[in-house]
Amino acid sequence: MTGIFVLAEHRQGQVRDITFEMLTKGRELAQKIGAELSAVIFGKDVKDHAKTLAENANKVLLVEDVKLENFNSEAYQKVLAHLIGEQKPLLTLIGHTSFGVELAPSLAVSLGSPLATDCIDIGYENETITVTRQMYGGKVNATATLRKAQSYIATVRQATFQVKTEASLNGQVVEVPSPLSEEVARKRFVHYVPPPPGGVDITAAPVLVGVGRGIKDVSNIPAVEELAKTLGGALACSRPIVDKGWLPTDRQVGSSGKTVKPKFYLALGISGAFQHVLGMKASDLIIAVNKDPKAPIFGVADYAVVEDLFKIVGPLKNKMQELKGQK
Amino acid sequence: MDIIVCVKHVPETAEADIKIDASGKAIEKSGLVFDINEWDDYALEEAVRLKEKFGGTVTAITLGSEEADATLRKCLARGADTAIRLWDPKFEGSDGYATAKILSKVVKGLQFNLILTGAQAGDDGYAVVGTMLAELLGIPHATMVKKIELDGEAAKFHRELEGGFEELLELKLPAVFAVSTGINEPRYVSIMGTRKAMQKEIKVVDLAGTGLSESDVGEAGSWIKVEKLYVPPVEKQAEFLKGSPDEIASKIAEILRTKGVL
Repeated sequence: MTGIFVLAEHRQGQVRDITFEMLTKGRELAQKIGAELSAVIFGKDVKDHAKTLAENANKVLLVEDVKLENFNSEAYQKVLAHLIGEQKPLLTLIGHTSFGVELAPSLAVSLGSPLATDCIDIGYENETITVTRQMYGGKVNATATLRKAQSYIATVRQATFQVKTEASLNGQVVEVPSPLSEEVARKRFVHYVPPPPGGVDITAAPVLVGVGRGIKDVSNIPAVEELAKTLGGALACSRPIVDKGWLPTDRQVGSSGKTVKPKFYLALGISGAFQHVLGMKASDLIIAVNKDPKAPIFGVADYAVVEDLFKIVGPLKNKMQELKGQK
Repeated sequence: MDIIVCVKHVPETAEADIKIDASGKAIEKSGLVFDINEWDDYALEEAVRLKEKFGGTVTAITLGSEEADATLRKCLARGADTAIRLWDPKFEGSDGYATAKILSKVVKGLQFNLILTGAQAGDDGYAVVGTMLAELLGIPHATMVKKIELDGEAAKFHRELEGGFEELLELKLPAVFAVSTGINEPRYVSIMGTRKAMQKEIKVVDLAGTGLSESDVGEAGSWIKVEKLYVPPVEKQAEFLKGSPDEIASKIAEILRTKGVL
């Protein structure tokens, strides 16, 4: 019987959401093609995690080793290559996360297994792996196929597959002895670095004005900051604005920044790359202003304005001040 | 410190209108502005900064047809010493894996302590080349690198994790670092630099020069093949607000009032 592997991701004692998202997709695929679903977890003292995973898999392969305490792609690669070599699963799913992108490409090369990254859908028909992924910053979707091989690897985009509550699979936890010898990985984990304590907590603001590349220049920041204040909210931004040093890191919304849920999110000049959308799509009300009528941000907005943001900022601020004056 | 920086010449699409071409497998490239991939721009800057600090050389390498010379010229203008363009019509259609194979063959013949590249490219977004290249070369790697500190052959570096967290790791060079955007502030190119870069030679290496065979490169040597492109379906259908800026402002105010935001 063929198999599907899902590599569990955990950090600082927490199994990360992507693990359960992959198990949901893995279960669906396994049922469709008649495969056995195995969750694979590496770490030190992670038996409790393994038990949790067993509810969502036919089998849990558990490898415990002090050398696997923190994620290290070199140690992970050796152990995972060993398991894949032994069990020969058809497909191995890994998160398209910081950990996953460090591991999957080199693992694929070492095994000679075709790899598809950042997948938003995965199927197996006519003995062919077909995936859906995005290109050009999310402006285009691509259907792609992998070259035929004995085993495949796919990395899965976060927050793409919704976790379903299903009957427990009561999987068996199988402890596999660590194949790691005394040799230490060339790369060594030292410690985690938490984000610097921020001055502004954008997650607490009821209204957020988010700005992106469309803001063009740092000199335009004060005008949007004033609009945010007039709306009774705070200024937030997408990643490029922080990369350019125009706003501090604590203002960044998205997968590498904060996840926000304000009553109102006004997106100004934000194209809507997946990483940003992930951090704000749960907002109660989203209005987006962008010059490009095809900007992906309009796909998650309640209201869309196809216009140069600078033409809207002034009139909107005036209108808000006028309304305040009437109160 | 001899550094190789791998760069890609890509269309700027963040604010451009994108159309799928007649084949249905690619986008229409005419009318798009091409430049160095944003992530690679940061890798180039990091390479030049390390050279300024420790001495040595920077070699910029790209895979692409003649148009990609523009990106290599930019690298030279910004402080790279030499530039190599890998091209052969047989390279057309290479995915990240085929690209890494081609790069690895050429890089093996060069003197280097460190290879820098971007963590991903803005066009296909595979995010695999740097990591695969390291594996093919048998040297360690790190991707999503946000900070690099070198002390001789010892490197301490930060990798970006989710939610603003980072992790500190260390390794011994040689290695491949694929960097995140925001690791530094790329400098502007001086007119002098641009002029000097125009006079420098760009070395071109073809399939024979890599020692690979036709089946290793292009579509034949790739793992992933794009079958069809399409416009992503929207999660929810936004209502488009139209009118003059003042009318739009009034409409937004009305929406905020009805939804109880104000």
